[in-house]
Amino acid sequence: MSGYLLQQLVNGLTLGSLYALVAIGFSLIYGVVRLVNFAHGDLMMIGAFSTLGLVAVGEVAWAFVPLLVMAGGFAAGGVIERLAFRSLRGAPMITGFIVTLSASVAIQNLGLMILGAQPRNFGFPSVFRERLALGPVNIAVIDLAIPAATLLLAGAVVLFVQRTRLGIAMRAVSENAVAARLMGISLNRAVLAAFGLGGALAAIAGLFWGGKFGQIDPLMGFVPGLKAFVATIIGGVGSVPGAVLGGYILGFAEVAFVGFMPSEYSGYRDAFVFALLILILLLRPQGLFGREEEERA
Amino acid sequence: MTPARLARRLSRRLSQRQALVLLVLLLAGTVVLLELLGSGYHRTLGALTLINVMLAVSLTMTNGFTGLFSLGHPAFMTLGAYVAIAFTYPAARKSFAMPDLPAVFSGIEWPLPVAALIAALAAAAAARLVGASVLRLKVHYLAVATLGLIIIVQSLALNLDGLTRGGRGLTGVPRSAELWLIALATLVVVVGCWRLKHASIGRAMLAVRENEMAARCFGIDAVGLKITAFVLGAGVAGFCGALLPHVVAVMTPKSFGLMLAFNLVAMIVVGGQGSILGAIFAALAFSLGSEALRPVEESLGLYGMTQVVVAVALILVLIWRPKGLFGLDEPLVEVK
Repeated sequence: MSGYLLQQLVNGLTLGSLYALVAIGFSLIYGVVRLVNFAHGDLMMIGAFSTLGLVAVGEVAWAFVPLLVMAGGFAAGGVIERLAFRSLRGAPMITGFIVTLSASVAIQNLGLMILGAQPRNFGFPSVFRERLALGPVNIAVIDLAIPAATLLLAGAVVLFVQRTRLGIAMRAVSENAVAARLMGISLNRAVLAAFGLGGALAAIAGLFWGGKFGQIDPLMGFVPGLKAFVATIIGGVGSVPGAVLGGYILGFAEVAFVGFMPSEYSGYRDAFVFALLILILLLRPQGLFGREEEERA
Repeated sequence: MTPARLARRLSRRLSQRQALVLLVLLLAGTVVLLELLGSGYHRTLGALTLINVMLAVSLTMTNGFTGLFSLGHPAFMTLGAYVAIAFTYPAARKSFAMPDLPAVFSGIEWPLPVAALIAALAAAAAARLVGASVLRLKVHYLAVATLGLIIIVQSLALNLDGLTRGGRGLTGVPRSAELWLIALATLVVVVGCWRLKHASIGRAMLAVRENEMAARCFGIDAVGLKITAFVLGAGVAGFCGALLPHVVAVMTPKSFGLMLAFNLVAMIVVGGQGSILGAIFAALAFSLGSEALRPVEESLGLYGMTQVVVAVALILVLIWRPKGLFGLDEPLVEVK
């Protein structure tokens, strides 16, 4: 296998992992509240900047930074849910949308106000930059760390959702919220868990995003967040393994588009992703692997 | 006249004819006042405000009447802007700024009203093309697909340098958007949407919004009506997109983006989705309010503050008054 092809595969794997991490959150949140959380991508931004903050403080051993960032993401997800969404539970779907969109715009512009629009360099941790010789190619440590961490975290989420009481409660709510409440399941806890877990994964994705691409800014999260939602749709909204699979499919497709099309088309990579979205929605509105939701009167 | 009688007369709603006369007088008065007394700054602000009114009214028709949730207005505006500029840009500079423009356009320099109407038709045609498929999608998918539409159009504009000069943008667009033209267009859009809302087709649209399945059971062609609302809205968006660069003399691929999509949605939600007067009031308040906040933002160095205010205000409105100011109703005017 040529080095170029292998490098493209690695790029696809890395990008796919980042999409997968964010897409899991979309799926979890959609599952419990039937809402696409547009502000979800902006948690990546929060994760990336809190990493920079922690590194700047310098008191924390670097191995603990990811854990703290994930805790911060969990808290941020929870706070967003509490402030913006809880009082609107049961409101029409469009209302929910506009609120998530507003939350996203508010977070981005608060970021601009506080942090400024200038992109910052992101060099954490420096071990990410080192390269390992693997056969014909040099692979950066980060390109191995991201997929490994993603698979680990995705596995943990699946186990959590399948095995723990809270995970089972979340699945019950997503199956039928009214019946779940009648069984004594706390809706608030299930919803908080979904937003928190999603937030933690998005925040760590933000750390990785900074580590991979080297620059972060307050608007960095929105478009990748939308693309991760495209990944969620590809995998079928509401399913965690589907979200991971969708993330990898989108990551490979995007890298293949940029890597193997003539270079004058590479400016169209975002356009390609959204054209793909529209195409998939038309051919299989329930996603490639999702099941169809029936429409009831 | 006793004070009590005066109060009763004032609290009575206007008839539709009175409201129309009042609207014409207000628009004409604004144009005359700005042309005679206003500075260039005031005229530009007036033009941008009226364009926002048109955009909000057209979006309240697309989204409010039929219950769609499209965020795609900026996509159609961008398309309309570049179409119009292809007709109006100074012929002498076309070969330099837009080398890839087809030869048919190279010698022509058409008046803006004609170019803007062509832009509106182009945007409506594009919406028809996209809408036929996209509008079958459910609420949340439609929202994301229309956001995607904005990103697709922006990438096209950014990468087709030969037509758009890419990220550098087209400067020196003639400032030919006269206030009277914009005011006239506003009148047509407002009255048109009003007539539509209160005609049988508008009532059918509202039925789709309230309960699509029930409306379909009555034989209403829900998808067809959604496409109609989407295409009409996109036409107005294309028209406004054509006007805007002719007010500010510049057009870039990022001129109309995601933030504008959000602000338009904010206006129609605050006004009450489907309320034409609500959209007008909200557009006026937004345009003049954000302009008033701008110096504050600049003096404090807190760029983005206005957007935060708008976003938080919107969340608060949705929590405490989810139907917006007026819901679907029209205040002040008698509707038979």
